[in-house]
Amino acid sequence: MANSASSENHIVSVRNLSFSRGRIRIFDDISLDIQRGKITAIMGPSGTGKTTLLKLIGGQLYPDAGRIEVDGQNVHALKTKELYDLRKRMGMLFQSGALLTDMNVYDNVAFPLREHTRLPESMIRTLVLMKLQAVGLRGARELMPNELSGGMARRVALARAIALDPLMIMYDEPFTGQDPISLGALVHLIKALNSTLGLTSIIVSHDVQETAAIADYIYLLSEGRITGQGTPQQLLQSDSPWVQQFLNGAADGPVHFHYPAKDYLDDLLSSQ
Amino acid sequence: MLEIFENLGKSTFGSLAKLGRAVFFLLYTLNGIGVVLLRPGLLLRQMYSVGVLSFLIISISGLFVGMVLGLQGYYILTDFGAAESLGVMVAASLVRELGPVVSAILFAGRAGSALTAEIGLMKATEQLSGMEMMAVDPIKRIISPRFLAGFISMPLLAALFSAIGVMGGHMVGVTMLGVDDGAFWSQMQATIDFHEDIINGVIKSVVFGFVVSWISLFEGYDAVPTSEGVSRATTRTVVNSAFSILGLDFILTALMFGDI
Repeated sequence: MANSASSENHIVSVRNLSFSRGRIRIFDDISLDIQRGKITAIMGPSGTGKTTLLKLIGGQLYPDAGRIEVDGQNVHALKTKELYDLRKRMGMLFQSGALLTDMNVYDNVAFPLREHTRLPESMIRTLVLMKLQAVGLRGARELMPNELSGGMARRVALARAIALDPLMIMYDEPFTGQDPISLGALVHLIKALNSTLGLTSIIVSHDVQETAAIADYIYLLSEGRITGQGTPQQLLQSDSPWVQQFLNGAADGPVHFHYPAKDYLDDLLSSQ
Repeated sequence: MLEIFENLGKSTFGSLAKLGRAVFFLLYTLNGIGVVLLRPGLLLRQMYSVGVLSFLIISISGLFVGMVLGLQGYYILTDFGAAESLGVMVAASLVRELGPVVSAILFAGRAGSALTAEIGLMKATEQLSGMEMMAVDPIKRIISPRFLAGFISMPLLAALFSAIGVMGGHMVGVTMLGVDDGAFWSQMQATIDFHEDIINGVIKSVVFGFVVSWISLFEGYDAVPTSEGVSRATTRTVVNSAFSILGLDFILTALMFGDI
């Protein structure tokens, strides 16, 4: 391959990806690369399929066209066994945390270790406590998921996601619905884990401030296409009106405040 | 007019597609049974929640069904001067029909609906998806143990239902209405056949256990992952299980006892 040097640097590369759900086209021929060891953010308004992109990368959904490579392997050409082996090297943090509700915090973090390794229980205990210490919840190990706040649940899920020491972690809306303190803790954690564990992070989010603060590179998605990309500084200086509207949160701009409708006055005066 | 045909076609294709998904789901589930046997802990936990927790409703219902049989049977049989045959009547109706059928319907209502709601909510809260992303196959880890637990528990619960029902019949017939104790048991022993009655009853409950577990787990797994979707799926589990149990009961009875 001509660009083998650069593709080695990319842990994920998405090429000409198209995906539709029913009649709605979610991605229309998009290509993007995620650099190894960096924090890459994928941003865009709600409903642009950011989570769908993560599910495509994780091999939970199949694209209509195009290919996705993770760590040099074409995700959608893999056999189930190979896909599962690949998934052991990717962690994913779901928006809800997706903790198993019938187990306490400790067992949730131990779950992937118990499923995939034959380590003795004493070793598992050490590993679980290390992961929980990293997210600051070693003292909460006895709690059940329904006793955790939203921020704590996400941190437990994060500890679980790093339990198998993955190459990369995909964060699905990690900042949504968090109070300022939890938010600060999460921003700090994502940054810290990325550098200390040598991870690659993909953050899907629409929270501009928090994401721009830690991302090395940002892709902006809208209506199935990539509408902007670059480092946070480059994007802030972008002259694209759409990028400016999104980053500044203006109510009206290229994305209209009003859902398409017929003329307001006509609508009010018409008999029906 | 055309709309009628369009809708008919749509719902036919919809049901066929669902049936196809259900069959694939069953094959994957059965494929995971081997893994479950290697991890008996998973199975035991499910046997507890599916089987042991259904124990109370099954035994209380069995007791009352048996008592009613004793009462009704006594009034009919005394007209023919055959009150001593009460034991046979109670035991035969329980072992052949009421034991497997009623306990399967109760099982669908108690354990089946719980399974559907549990799996549906696990889907809605992304727990199944999360497991997949942790490279753990949710069918093998979650579905197969529950399926096997339901399959094993159902015949045991049906046997329990029949046994307690016979005691209920005895309580009413012998203790309260004065049927001869010796005749009650000896006629039952002489008439109830091990193969003809008991084995056939067990086969029925095994089939019902298979079908109810399949329906409940599939409806949960296939549920629309919203609160409304899970509630609809739970309803479908109970309704479809009841229909399947009663329909299959007729077919099995015809095959076993009839000359059709």
